[in-house]
Amino acid sequence: MYRYDAMDKQLVDERVAEFRDQTRRFLAGELSDDEFKHLRLRNGLYIQTHAPMLRVAIPYGLLSSAQLRMLGSIARRYDRGYGHFTTRQNIQYNWPKLETVPDILADLATVEMHAIQTSGNCIRNTTSDHLAGVTPHELEDPRPWCEIIRQWSTFHPEFTYLPRKFKIAVTGAPQDRAASLVHDVGVHIVKNAAGELGFEILAGGGLGRTPIIGQVVRDFLPREHLLSYLEAVLRVYNLEGRRDNLTKARIKILVRSLGIGEFKRRVEAEWELIRDGGLRVEEAEVARMRGFFNPPPYKTLPNTEPATGKEAAFRAWYRYNTAEHKVPGYRVVYISLKKADVAPGDATDAQMELIADLADRYSFGEVRVTHTQNLLLADVEQASAYALWQTLDAHGLATPNIGTLTDMICCPGLDFCSLANASSIDVAKLINDRFDDYDYVYDLGELEVKMSGCMNACGHHHVGHIGILGVDKGGEAWYQITIGGAAGADASLGTVIGPSVRKADVPETIARLLAVYVEHRQDDERFLDTVRRLGVKPFKERVYATPIAA
Amino acid sequence: MPRRLLRDGQVVEDDWQYLTELEATSASTPAGGATAIGSSAATESAQVLAAGDTNIDSSAVPALIVPFERWLTERDRWSSRAGRVGVVLQPADKVEQLGRDIARLALVAAAFPGPTDGRGYTQGRLLRERYGFTGELRAAGYVRRDQVFFLARCGFNSFELPEDQLATAATAFSTFSAEYQPSNDEGLRQKLQRR
Repeated sequence: MYRYDAMDKQLVDERVAEFRDQTRRFLAGELSDDEFKHLRLRNGLYIQTHAPMLRVAIPYGLLSSAQLRMLGSIARRYDRGYGHFTTRQNIQYNWPKLETVPDILADLATVEMHAIQTSGNCIRNTTSDHLAGVTPHELEDPRPWCEIIRQWSTFHPEFTYLPRKFKIAVTGAPQDRAASLVHDVGVHIVKNAAGELGFEILAGGGLGRTPIIGQVVRDFLPREHLLSYLEAVLRVYNLEGRRDNLTKARIKILVRSLGIGEFKRRVEAEWELIRDGGLRVEEAEVARMRGFFNPPPYKTLPNTEPATGKEAAFRAWYRYNTAEHKVPGYRVVYISLKKADVAPGDATDAQMELIADLADRYSFGEVRVTHTQNLLLADVEQASAYALWQTLDAHGLATPNIGTLTDMICCPGLDFCSLANASSIDVAKLINDRFDDYDYVYDLGELEVKMSGCMNACGHHHVGHIGILGVDKGGEAWYQITIGGAAGADASLGTVIGPSVRKADVPETIARLLAVYVEHRQDDERFLDTVRRLGVKPFKERVYATPIAA
Repeated sequence: MPRRLLRDGQVVEDDWQYLTELEATSASTPAGGATAIGSSAATESAQVLAAGDTNIDSSAVPALIVPFERWLTERDRWSSRAGRVGVVLQPADKVEQLGRDIARLALVAAAFPGPTDGRGYTQGRLLRERYGFTGELRAAGYVRRDQVFFLARCGFNSFELPEDQLATAATAFSTFSAEYQPSNDEGLRQKLQRR
């Protein structure tokens, strides 16, 4: 993984000093609430329902064991013993004290971490495929490019006060595991007819109040121009994006109002003027960055069948919570943070420290965060899978549900977030309680349930096969259900099935949707495929045919 | 009390005046006041405004900052004026519309209406990097010491800060000792060779 050099280290230390001084001035009354707000938001610090919320950047979801151990330590020393992993591959702490935040940042700096640009109207953490470098299907590891983007976007002086936040996702495989089509900019590594690797650039995707699928701005960008092209996109957005209305300020609204053709014309006109300037990415720089992501020293091993002859619980876990690896004898292992009685994406200090130890022991000391709010050990020897499972299982980290109904994406909701209209964590619990029969859940196959407590859509509900959106109706939380959304390469936005339902009725509503699927599915069709084939109508009819008994 | 600002790292008295401020002063004076003999502010204002029409010594004429729109519509009036002339841009103003006039301006100011409008950062970079502006590039309006580092990196060299931030704001230039992005005349390659 990328390791800081003296300059990176110096910059992060200087950021801590800057924020310490800003916090001191605020506490001394030299900065108003509003003035401080714009400064703390540059450091991931929100003032939330109960306490400040601090979001820490995990660049493209990659952590060393030392970093994860520090995240656990921070959870214990400054928070209430847990942290929440997010759909942006970051971690959030819900209970830090404002005056301790500079100390938290200083501790993070000791392990090459920070909270720079994790909030505010700037370029946010660049996200990527959690299987980067280990999936057999990718054209090229996207992480060196993520790091190139991370450095370019960090403290970019021109783009510190954009109309709105700006999120970039990079993928290197045909399968899109980074939801790049619903990002402000998606960068896809592609190959042109001549066999050269370059980038397809998409823009204007996003969720929130106005969900839109991103459109292709340029189908092939030679690799050396990546930063100049991004700079041109950002410059056009900074100057032309709307600033009169917060809900219309994302780049998706600009792209939509100009049309993709005119947007592209403006971007390319700007790009022509800067493409051969100082932002050209030289081959030497690409090679330097690639050097940080060389494969670990894999052993030469045969592929095996570790589940053969083992107990059912291990077999289920191995089937659902591990995935193929490009190197024979290895396996990708998901660590499910979706245990029934725990808020989705939460991990305790002890769990984080345990996972750090397991990473050292079994996976070359690295851990990844997935955008679906789980953790992942990317390079586990198949022969170690059983021992690893036993340890995970003993600590509540082996729920065998990856990719199934109960592997829900869920925002923190009203319980923690000052923006939310409705709670989401307790709805996740209701769903878990209702669907506790693993045979049924497994029979349903791949199913993505995504839930947000408000229109901001942190839980990506628009692109859930089943999406759940909390809405406020006269002071009471109700839930609007969508079906048919998807976040991958075939991304689509879900369709609302009808009037929103009461909290207690969410599980039964889902059960009715699933019953229609089970009756009508063909072959090994997924729920999503059945919805796409049949349309919303039969699902809608079933849900609203009879009232749900209280 | 004359406005003070941070220019090239030094706290100095502002030797420029905004046209809009002068006109406001003139307008607020009773009829006939502007022509009365005396040392009223209005008399000075009238003198400054009229400088283009008289033969008075240009070095005695205060430098004047004209709104971008007035410059576009009254270019001849202001460019034939004896004293130095600058232009102040609002965030939506298009730098490219200044075109070749940029070489005739001794100052360009970008007005920041509040803490969240970042268009001026792009205006600054375009002026320096694309249009080769070498005069005073001033950040006006909502300018605080926490923005100074980033403004300076976009080419700004003068800052209209609140009076109580002037004394310490110069320390902001050293907030960070390095940067990832190339500046206008230095490519990533040179930057990397330093690492």
